[in-house]
Amino acid sequence: MKNALFVYSPDQLGYKFSDTHPFNHKRLILTMDLLKSIGALKDEDIIPARIATDEEIALAHDEKYIDIVKKAGHGELTAKQGESFGIGTEDTPIFPNMHEASALLVGGTLQAVDAVLQGKARHALNLGGGLHHGFYGRASGFCIYNDSSVAIRYIQKKYGLRVLYVDTDAHHGDGVQWSFYDDPNVCTLSIHETGRYLFPGTGNVTERGNGQGYGTSFNFPLDAFTEDESFLMIYEQAMRAVFEHFKPDVVLTQNGADAHYFDPLTHLYGTMNIYKEIPKLAHKLAHEYCDGKWIAVGGGGYDIWRVVPRAWSMIWTEMNDLLCPTGPLPKSWLEHWQLESPTPLIPTWEDPVPLYEPIPRKAEIEEKNAQMLQKALHILNK
Amino acid sequence: MIVEEMMQKSVHTLLPTNTVGEATRLMREHDIRHIPIVNAQNEVVGIITEHDVKHAFLDEMNEQGKAAIKNTPLNNIMIKNPIVGHPLDLVEEAALTFYESKISCLPIVSGGKLVGLVTTTDLLYTYIELTGAHKPSSKIDIRVSDKAGVLHDISKIFRQHKVNVLSVLIYPDTESDENRIVSVRLQIINPLAIIQDLREQGFNVLWPNVPGIQV
Repeated sequence: MKNALFVYSPDQLGYKFSDTHPFNHKRLILTMDLLKSIGALKDEDIIPARIATDEEIALAHDEKYIDIVKKAGHGELTAKQGESFGIGTEDTPIFPNMHEASALLVGGTLQAVDAVLQGKARHALNLGGGLHHGFYGRASGFCIYNDSSVAIRYIQKKYGLRVLYVDTDAHHGDGVQWSFYDDPNVCTLSIHETGRYLFPGTGNVTERGNGQGYGTSFNFPLDAFTEDESFLMIYEQAMRAVFEHFKPDVVLTQNGADAHYFDPLTHLYGTMNIYKEIPKLAHKLAHEYCDGKWIAVGGGGYDIWRVVPRAWSMIWTEMNDLLCPTGPLPKSWLEHWQLESPTPLIPTWEDPVPLYEPIPRKAEIEEKNAQMLQKALHILNK
Repeated sequence: MIVEEMMQKSVHTLLPTNTVGEATRLMREHDIRHIPIVNAQNEVVGIITEHDVKHAFLDEMNEQGKAAIKNTPLNNIMIKNPIVGHPLDLVEEAALTFYESKISCLPIVSGGKLVGLVTTTDLLYTYIELTGAHKPSSKIDIRVSDKAGVLHDISKIFRQHKVNVLSVLIYPDTESDENRIVSVRLQIINPLAIIQDLREQGFNVLWPNVPGIQV
């Protein structure tokens, strides 16, 4: 069996709102090219995405909403009609064929699911997915269809497995959480910047699930300016505790790369260290608890030049048991993409040290995060 | 908002002839701290709180006395003629009553009968609903001068960006009487363009607060 498969189709780049929109899937090309330049990704590792059927999308979305998205992408929707579905806003503008483009991202994640659960590979990666804000009947936070919600329902229906969803995007994974809030067979774990200011505002430790699903929703809201050390401490303890408690059959990780200092939308002040460690522990625990069954998707990440390609490459190298790349980036990659990048690229896999001025009140922020962790996990220690 | 919109409408009650033991059982069963005491006509004649029950037991030193308390009718220890509220009271008025009278529960009475109950917990929930994020949104805090027309200038920018405003709160500024803090929740993941426009028009956007650094 192969270690890992990489889902990609050039048409995934069709999920594009505009040239100036922060959500830009050019990230996929930049990452693939970087992986190819270091010899870590070969053509035989790549499987194409597919367009998810309406029936599949309807596993997690309202058919009326799917219809609205189709109409919007075909120029048959007025601004007024789209409004209550979150379509045609500054976050989620209408673009041509938006249904087809969104359905392809969903289908990509379904391809990754089938690759792993049909035993073609131990792990699979669809960086085009991870659109965790999509709601049952509404677009939100750049996300039209929620590929992870659809994929989890698909896993339940087709394979009947217990799924752990892990979300390390800097924004709370609200869409996925609410999809499975009542479901005791799906556990959601989200680590994110506190919603005090940041979108979507939810993800408090007190959101633990509802009814039968109480105790299968975990949230770890971090303070702004958390930095690597505290982030990783919380991540490690949260992951170990929740894996041990829930004992999933399969794990789906959402790998938003927007907790980095350079990211324009968030304030966690992470560095490349967290992107090195996040897949490492997910990989280890997937082997310990799920016989290796690990599906990973992308997510946020709005510094597409300096952060995302390096961060996402490390998921793939980890999946393939390759050493985490260090030192300088390939010269060819730097020279080629520097021509397009509006900012100077970071020439090494590691970030420059120091990356930013020391944060005042660091000790207090760490203390606050540690207290949050206790609160979030206390339900398991009863 | 008026009390009627947020009060609990199905209320657990007891009669003055019920015992302290029955009251403790009811409190434990339903995880409640307050029981209005009504007569046969559902008129409020008293109230009993967890606090009153605990004190009744604490006042009895020996086991015999404690056993006797359980069988005491509520009439003997309840607060008679408690402060009550009306369904049309403003929620703010209920809050003021709680604060000034140092109480934690208000039976709501209309036409002489008990129609509902408001506790501090209900009030806190209403507060959470007002200030919290019930729909996906970003929050922006802006320090503005305390003068007419400011909110209009701000909301003009929101309108230009076609962004839906979910809530607006205006707080006093702890640093200066001449300013106020406007805190808005916007239904948008990327507020950067809005923040930039606000700053360009001279608004002091406080979000996010760098810890320890005065903005």
